[in-house]
Amino acid sequence: MGMDMYAENILDHYKNPRNFGKLNNPTGTYKDSNPLCGDEVEIQLQLSGDKIDDVAFTGRGCAISQASTSMLTEQIKGKEIGHVKKFTQQDIVSMLGISIGPTRMKCALLGLRTLQKGLWGMSAPSDLTNLQ
Amino acid sequence: MHMGSVPRNMQLDISQMRSDFPILSKKINGKPLVYFDNAATTQRPVQVIQAIDRFYRETNSNVHRGVHELSERATEQFEAARENVAKFINAKSPNEIIFVRGTTEAINLVAYSYGKKLRRGNRVLLSLMEHHSNIVPWQFLREKGVELDYVGVNDDGTLKLEDYYGLMTKQTKIVSIAHVSNVLGTINPVEEIAKIAHEKGSLILVDGAQSIPHVSIDVQEMDCDFFAFSGHKMLGPTGIGVLYAKESVLEQMDPFMGGGSIIKEVQLNESKWNDLPYKFEAGTPNIAGAIGLGVAIDYLNVIGMENIRRVGKGLTEYALETLPEVGDIEIYGPKNSEDRVEVFSFNLAKVHAHDVASIVNDYGVAIRSGHHCAQPLMRRLGVPATSRASLYAYNTKEEIDLFIQSLKKAKEVFN
Ligand SMILES: Cc1ncc(COP(=O)(O)O)c(C=O)c1O
Repeated sequence: MGMDMYAENILDHYKNPRNFGKLNNPTGTYKDSNPLCGDEVEIQLQLSGDKIDDVAFTGRGCAISQASTSMLTEQIKGKEIGHVKKFTQQDIVSMLGISIGPTRMKCALLGLRTLQKGLWGMSAPSDLTNLQ
Repeated sequence: MHMGSVPRNMQLDISQMRSDFPILSKKINGKPLVYFDNAATTQRPVQVIQAIDRFYRETNSNVHRGVHELSERATEQFEAARENVAKFINAKSPNEIIFVRGTTEAINLVAYSYGKKLRRGNRVLLSLMEHHSNIVPWQFLREKGVELDYVGVNDDGTLKLEDYYGLMTKQTKIVSIAHVSNVLGTINPVEEIAKIAHEKGSLILVDGAQSIPHVSIDVQEMDCDFFAFSGHKMLGPTGIGVLYAKESVLEQMDPFMGGGSIIKEVQLNESKWNDLPYKFEAGTPNIAGAIGLGVAIDYLNVIGMENIRRVGKGLTEYALETLPEVGDIEIYGPKNSEDRVEVFSFNLAKVHAHDVASIVNDYGVAIRSGHHCAQPLMRRLGVPATSRASLYAYNTKEEIDLFIQSLKKAKEVFN
């Protein structure tokens, strides 16, 4: 934990977030925050049927929460919506490629949690219970 | 001031003091621990750790319940701790010392038990620099039509004292205020605020969670009606804290929780309350915690609160002088060591508070980041979060130097 958390890809996504901004005609807008630190994200999806045609996000917060959301939007764009539902904590960790402690995990999961809660009322990513 | 204290101007031997705290010699990420999260909880000296261990090995028993030897001894120690607390804050009597879990429970007790006496249209006056534990319990009273008012905060991190004159009305029944801000480090002029409150016929609660570790407390001189604090922020154990209240005020209040210890006589439908302070201590208390707190107070007395304050001021002056070296750093709170304690909230331009805390952790530095349970104050400062380095008398200038180096690294990572 610590410095190695700020790998180049994380800093790159933080400084140049992908899919950043708002959509013109979103099918849905999902917003959430991390009460621990006040990090916020708002994610918009444009769906055609079950396919995510476009996605955009805005937000403010730490590098981990913002980079993780940025990477997530890249991963789900063009995919079936069911893909988002199946995403797990482990998938987020592999996507970020860094090791993360339990407190910062909440930051890392903010984007995914926002979507899963907004779309399906899921309370936490499916394997959050494995968090020791 | 206290027996056995180090004479006023004798140099405190910090390295000797540090050696009383086993955790301070730990390594974190291969680096010596720099513990700057004392406002969240301080560390405990070996004297406190041993006292708790000794209690469980040698005298563990319930209090006020048995006549057997162990119970008598446990009760003696528990009540000796209460007397120790009473002396430490100069209460008139140990009956004014109620053991609770911590500051949060103390404030909830007052908001509930004194709150029961409030009526629709009554008001409670708080401030924008309160910890959530001095806001949320009062919000519960809104259900019965009690209104909340808030004194503002100046740009320099001090209270807008003039607001007290504008906001105090005949309806104001309680003024509740932090003695020291857990975010800004500001020391508020609680004696003056107590005068204003009493002139207008209100009671005053002082949240002493962040003041009692740093400055010597005299509740009679302060003339507060309630004073709340936590053991774990003053070298004592977690799970023990104190509500001080004037006896005359406690006499007017009903108990907070029902249960054993608080009653003299239980009939099927009602009970007669026990004498003070037991009326407010339902159930088996945190006996080891109270004993540990008593020993923490002994420890503070030996070091001397004047010495602790003097060392703290020195650390404040050094930190305020050297922190700007980091560059692009905004430090909140008063700039004068007279008006504050050694708790510093800050933000680095371009680096989120969370990221600052994660990076300095690599250098063994423990600081906190977030809203510090003070969201109204974060809004007033116009920031979502801050980083906070909170020091204590056992910290050193060398540690501040290390901290500054680690902040420079954080800046590098994000530039
Ligand atoms: C000013 C202030 N008040 C109240 C509290 C709550 O104390 P506790 O969590 O020990 O009940 C704190 C703790 O951070 C504090 O700093």
